[in-house]
Amino acid sequence: MSQPFRTEKGGRIDRAEQLTFTFDGEEMQGHKGDTLASALLANGVHLVGRSFKYHRPRGIISAGSEEPNALVGVYRNGDQTPNLRATQVELYQGLEAISQNRFPSLGFDIGAVNDLMSPLFPAGFYYKTFMWPKSFWDRVYEPIIRAAAGLGKPPKNPDHDVYGNIYVHCDVLVAGSGPSGLAAALAAAETGAKVILCDEQAEFGGSLLSETSASIDGKDPCDWVAETIAKLMTMDNVTLLPRTTAFGYFAHNFVALAERVTEHLSNPDPKLPRERLWQVRAKEVVIAAGAIERPMVFPENDRPGILMAESGRTYLNRYGVKVGHKVLVTTACDTAWQAAFDLKDHGVEVVAIADMRETPPANLISIAEARGIRVEAGCVVTGTLGRKRVKGALLGKLMTSGKVASGGQVACDAILMSGGWTPTVSLYSQSRGKVVWDADKGAYVPGKSVQNERSTGASKGLYGLQATLEDGYAAGEEAAKAATGKSAKITYSVATGGEAGAGGTLGALPHDRNAARVKAFVDYQNDVTAKDVKLAVREGMQSIEHIKRYTTTGMATDQGRLSNMNALQIASGALERPVTDVGLTTFRLPFTPTTFGLFAGVSRGDFFDPVRNTPSHDWVVANGGVYEDVGQWKRTWYFPKDGEDMHAAVARECKTARESVGLFDASTLGKIEVVGPDAAEFLERMYTNPWKKLAPGRCRYGLLLNDAGFIVDDGVIGRLAEDRFHVTTTTGGAPSVFATMEDYLQTEWPDLDVWITSTTEQFAVAAVQGPKAREVIAPFIEGVDLSAEAFPHMSVVEATFCGVPCRLFRISFTGELGFEINVPRRHGKMMWETLAKEIEKHNGTVYGTETMHVLRAEKGYIIVGQDTDGTVTPQDAGMSWAIGKKKLDFVGKRGLERPDLVAENRKQFVGLLTKDPKVKLEEGAQITVAENPATGTPAEGHVTSSYYSPALDRNIALAIVKNGHALEGKTLYVPMPNGSIPVEVTGPVFYDKEGARLNV
Amino acid sequence: MLLVYCPYCDVERAETEFACRGEAHIARPADPTQVSDEDWVNYLYMRTNTKGVYAERWRHIHGCGRFFNAVRDTVSDRFLKFYKAGETMPDLEAIAKEAGK
Repeated sequence: MSQPFRTEKGGRIDRAEQLTFTFDGEEMQGHKGDTLASALLANGVHLVGRSFKYHRPRGIISAGSEEPNALVGVYRNGDQTPNLRATQVELYQGLEAISQNRFPSLGFDIGAVNDLMSPLFPAGFYYKTFMWPKSFWDRVYEPIIRAAAGLGKPPKNPDHDVYGNIYVHCDVLVAGSGPSGLAAALAAAETGAKVILCDEQAEFGGSLLSETSASIDGKDPCDWVAETIAKLMTMDNVTLLPRTTAFGYFAHNFVALAERVTEHLSNPDPKLPRERLWQVRAKEVVIAAGAIERPMVFPENDRPGILMAESGRTYLNRYGVKVGHKVLVTTACDTAWQAAFDLKDHGVEVVAIADMRETPPANLISIAEARGIRVEAGCVVTGTLGRKRVKGALLGKLMTSGKVASGGQVACDAILMSGGWTPTVSLYSQSRGKVVWDADKGAYVPGKSVQNERSTGASKGLYGLQATLEDGYAAGEEAAKAATGKSAKITYSVATGGEAGAGGTLGALPHDRNAARVKAFVDYQNDVTAKDVKLAVREGMQSIEHIKRYTTTGMATDQGRLSNMNALQIASGALERPVTDVGLTTFRLPFTPTTFGLFAGVSRGDFFDPVRNTPSHDWVVANGGVYEDVGQWKRTWYFPKDGEDMHAAVARECKTARESVGLFDASTLGKIEVVGPDAAEFLERMYTNPWKKLAPGRCRYGLLLNDAGFIVDDGVIGRLAEDRFHVTTTTGGAPSVFATMEDYLQTEWPDLDVWITSTTEQFAVAAVQGPKAREVIAPFIEGVDLSAEAFPHMSVVEATFCGVPCRLFRISFTGELGFEINVPRRHGKMMWETLAKEIEKHNGTVYGTETMHVLRAEKGYIIVGQDTDGTVTPQDAGMSWAIGKKKLDFVGKRGLERPDLVAENRKQFVGLLTKDPKVKLEEGAQITVAENPATGTPAEGHVTSSYYSPALDRNIALAIVKNGHALEGKTLYVPMPNGSIPVEVTGPVFYDKEGARLNV
Repeated sequence: MLLVYCPYCDVERAETEFACRGEAHIARPADPTQVSDEDWVNYLYMRTNTKGVYAERWRHIHGCGRFFNAVRDTVSDRFLKFYKAGETMPDLEAIAKEAGK
């Protein structure tokens, strides 16, 4: 039997197009226009999932994105997307869906034993149970909780879909396309304003799509929607975005929309993204998010077959699906009565309308009587029967005493309920607006606008078709006027029918059952009952924020849209304080669950972060070099030869560079060109060193402090001409040094005539270091006398390398004779390959960053950021020589004079030699005076660098240690888990202390 | 994401093009040698951290690179004024009043 709950006719589905889909492997039929939820209901399937905590059977409860129960996994291309709301999943041919949170099957679920044991799992169960012993936290409790937590299973493979991203500006963004949203979009569009209309559903029209008992301009509401959309589509100033959820409202009217582009298609165009993120900057926003119906909190209100009344009406009128054959309608307000009437008109047996109000409106009663529907006034549901599908309901008569008397039992296969309506204020709340309590409506409604937005229609608590239409037009006109200053003559459409209903209830309903034994659910997804909320209050929770965290109510994927108001009322009753004193939890973004893929967009894999390669990259790859990531840079770490490990490779590289020659790619160093008549004056003010007397053609090591007096960067600076300097910075410091220079130049010393330009990417740099460095470069450098006399250490000259213009520096970060050749970036590869070939003739080596680190550590050269940590002064680092004593001012000079910076007991930069030369210290290890200090003893300092030194054939380390300079020769300790390591404090220079090797 | 106006480029652009650089109008003392330790520390570290209308520095770091100033209400995140570096500090109270704060 196919689709036994499908109506004979009506609805917006395409009955001619039949679609086959599977749910938990069972094949079923539906139609184009169905959602997975409506197709399941058409097949009589209500049980679609198990609840989170008690594993109770759960059914579809709503027809919208607020659905808490019908969370399913959908397979596509072999991967499964979990936790999709069946009410939002559009049916397509071959759709494969599965239920979640059940084992071994949906019908028989072992976890359901939790329901029987539920007295053991009250609110706060986790906090009370998983406290002791502490040793169980990570080994026992966490694995158990993790295994039980969550609903769907995450996909196993990386996301194979692509996601788009688009930025747009518009005059008016309208979120929601119900009557007020459509009217607003139309009114705004008529003024010529640039309008975006988005709606989370596949079709525009919102509640109008299931409205069969009203008319607009004498037309069927669906026809009016079609005409309005057709009109909007002809307008160039309008962008229509169906299947697009406005999920986040940020500062300055920045609204994020998630568009589902291909998920509803059987065979999507592979060129299209799965979803597209719209980042909209709207001058004005109209929030037309509507309202959602509130569940009634009665015992066993969670059985499959119990739905919201208006959702039942939507399934009937829009999807052509009857929620049951024998339906009980229970309500506290007028609107649910129409659901009963519509069902009856489609031949469904309505067993009764149970309205908890003593005197429901007489006109509704007479309509019901005319249809032969039994009406029970002052009547509530006090329990339900059935397990995997509701079989009947217990009725109770409300008495004047407030107590409930048994009102008998009715048999039914579905219950429609309505506790009234809650305006959807999520977006308004995200815009940082404060909601206000409207006692008449029993609802929080938007208060004052904080940003350029206005809510319209049901989202501000305004009901009734004519009223919401009118309000929508006015909101659209107002928004357009505010955005563009323009207005137009708008003809308002007029509606008849669809009047606003009265009534509504909040909180748990009275019943005559044993309160200790029954469960009346407030938050379906998290299995929070009325009892849990009361328990939270009894245990001392006062604010709704605490109650939320203790019970998890409102933490479901709908962010409490269904549950918040009921929870609030129950808490308010238990606290004996008015609702407004209990507070309201924040409606956070996203409005509905949003994929990580959407946020990531194209920023994945290779596009996650730019990769910066050096000119030697290809050569290094071809020659088996090993890379390390240094920020965005790929730098060669070391070059293993003939199966060497890192230790052996680095030892060989170090030795070769000291004995013969080494080649290193230094292109990543930051480079800044400082030019202008005041260039020397500018550097004089920025760096600690004096620059004015530096002759063109000479270099100097520069130390950069911040105004607090601490070292922030260093590098060699060459003076190319009176008015031109070539500044180098550390690799990581390049952007911040440049920004700092710009800052001082623009805001402190705008009078200086200086231009600075980042040239890091303009030059490729090869460092040739070692005794044979001169012989290696000599064949390629033209027009320069490279002799020690003519071109001494710390010189710079503009020359050519193989005919290419270059800047040749004679500098050294190794302590050996060294040159750094800067050529235009495009010639970097040529330079590298030329030099790599040449050094082979001299039995030289290429080397990587590790060898660079060892060689400089042997010489005691600091690496800013490794040997310094932002609290180290030049004096601490033993670099007072770098400070221009005669200078009146430079950045950091005044800072250095602060009492704490000249005080005793500062940590100072020293060398450490382990007593046992074979023992290597760990970088970051703490240093103490005592061999085995008592717990809590403060450290004297820490190891900043530690390497095996091939030149010394022993391990060496650098450290910062309290009063370190005075401790030379003394023994300190580095306590480690395997015992304390004795170390001798030394000066930081381990090799060639006189610097003889530099000046050859 | 804030929408920031660059007074040099005369354009409004998304915040991602800019960098905020803290409170504005904190000038580096012209002669630091004459400044007491306490005043130097104030210059280095002490900021008003206003809840409300506040003048701060911005840099159009991915645009023209220029530093400029903005008056922002730190409660609502609304910008109330943008002006070039070097211009005198506006009357924040008057701006706050005008904005209805």
